[in-house]
Amino acid sequence: MNRSSRFIFSALCFGFAFLYLPILMLILLSFNDSSIATVWGGFSLRWYSALLNNEQIINAALLSLKIAAVSATFATILGTMAGLALTQMGRYRGRLIFTGLIAAPLVMPEVITGLSLLLLFVSLQELIGWPLSRGASTITIAHITFSMAYVAVIVQSRLASMDQSMEEAAMDLGGRPMQVAFDITLPLIAPSMLSGWLLAFTLSLDDLVIASFTSGAGASTLPMVIFSKIKLGVTPDINALATLIIGTVSIGIIIASWIMFRQSKRNEVG
Amino acid sequence: MKDLSGPKATRYSQPLGDKLWRNFVIGLPYLWLFLFFLVPFGIVFKISLADPIVAQPPFTALFDFGANTKNWLHATFDNYLFLTEDNLYWISYFNSIKIAGISTLLCLLLGYPMAYGIARSTPTVRNVLLMLVILPFWTSFLLRVYAWMGLLGKNGVVNGLLAYTGLIDAPLELLYTNGAVYLGIVYTYIPFMILPLYATLEKMDLDLQDAAADLGAKPWQVFVDTTLPLSMPGIIAGSMLVFIPALGEFVIPALLGGIDSLMIGRTLYDEFFVNRDWPLASAVATVLLFILVIPIMLFQRSQQEKK
Repeated sequence: MNRSSRFIFSALCFGFAFLYLPILMLILLSFNDSSIATVWGGFSLRWYSALLNNEQIINAALLSLKIAAVSATFATILGTMAGLALTQMGRYRGRLIFTGLIAAPLVMPEVITGLSLLLLFVSLQELIGWPLSRGASTITIAHITFSMAYVAVIVQSRLASMDQSMEEAAMDLGGRPMQVAFDITLPLIAPSMLSGWLLAFTLSLDDLVIASFTSGAGASTLPMVIFSKIKLGVTPDINALATLIIGTVSIGIIIASWIMFRQSKRNEVG
Repeated sequence: MKDLSGPKATRYSQPLGDKLWRNFVIGLPYLWLFLFFLVPFGIVFKISLADPIVAQPPFTALFDFGANTKNWLHATFDNYLFLTEDNLYWISYFNSIKIAGISTLLCLLLGYPMAYGIARSTPTVRNVLLMLVILPFWTSFLLRVYAWMGLLGKNGVVNGLLAYTGLIDAPLELLYTNGAVYLGIVYTYIPFMILPLYATLEKMDLDLQDAAADLGAKPWQVFVDTTLPLSMPGIIAGSMLVFIPALGEFVIPALLGGIDSLMIGRTLYDEFFVNRDWPLASAVATVLLFILVIPIMLFQRSQQEKK
């Protein structure tokens, strides 16, 4: 190895150690019987059983899953439409503003998005009496808004790289645009819609700031409960919760990318 | 055949159903983002011009068309004036820009060689490494920040290791410091830097580098004169993807930072939730948005150039 490739190699090793050691440490600590991080009290599952008996956390997790599923579904529908509108619809008035509206939520600091949505909900309530109270429904609307932009970007990049000859052929054969979209375009972009849904789901599940702003007194999502617990310091049952969440997500992602990898291999051969 | 390249919609005279479909596909997401993303900014600006009052909602109305009011428009710049008078806000804005800027630079310094290494490895290794970069992005942001609390705390793993090896006698103050905030931002945002960098480096034609090397350029010269300028779009995209959200970051300074790690996202959050001064929080948000206009436009341009 020459000098520059040795440098690249050590940067890779350092970088991945930096990314993964904290998570591995967290997983290890979740099995520690002692509640002090520096003392190994032996292997134990007691923080996991404490977790399962914590009703507040279980309820918050169920609420978060519900909000994530609903908002991801709507975000996928709206985001796919936005992706189509950006690539397949030619020119129309306000297209430039639309492009900006899609890209801006991706980088907007959460405190601004959260505050502005809350003020919108408050103003709407004054004007038209809706929403009556803030909670799961307002959080869901907020999550749809920022995650549909992510779905739109994923769908858009797939559409842009796609060969459009099939759609053109269908149109030339007299297919109507809506028919062509449902029969040809959507099946072709289904995998990216699925990744968009999964991304929207995880983003919603993970969001603390926007949910804190748009929620009312009653509804606490899982990140909100976690945050109020860890603000005061490390607690071992959160280690266990983190291990469960990170473990589930990682296994899901690894399986998904393995399937996609095999499919792309098959497409190359076939 | 020329008209095939033109906008598809004009190729046929459109029956009503096609037009409805087209308007529906464009109109619905447009309307949604207009109502739930653009309009709210207008409301934030409107409320930033109001006075705080003890009521529900806690601010005065901008327009008042009541019979016994002299001025129908009630707007004040007091909130903005207050921002310039109180040092807290200057420090918060300045600190945020400093912390976000330095963190972006650190992300670039660590992310560039990583992206380069990934782009130059064999396809199978590349897929695995890419997945390892993306994987943390899918796992909880909040919990990854939390992981550092366990590492850096007084009774944390790092202090434990240092004490065990005899390097220190008393635990170091690692958590609740500015250093911990830098660490947290670099840790959570580095995938956003690596991915766009990888995308430009992977597409790059290596002929130029080979030619430069054949003509006798030293490796660092090849890098500075060809690779680095060619990867500029990736550098800008990655830097903006780190800098912009880091500037308004709330969770990381709230969990890892000390009392003096003021960042504007945290100041805004406290102004809103602790002091319950909605107009002032709106003014803080408006100013932050103005600071972000230039980086956001830079990011937009780098995205447009990609196409």
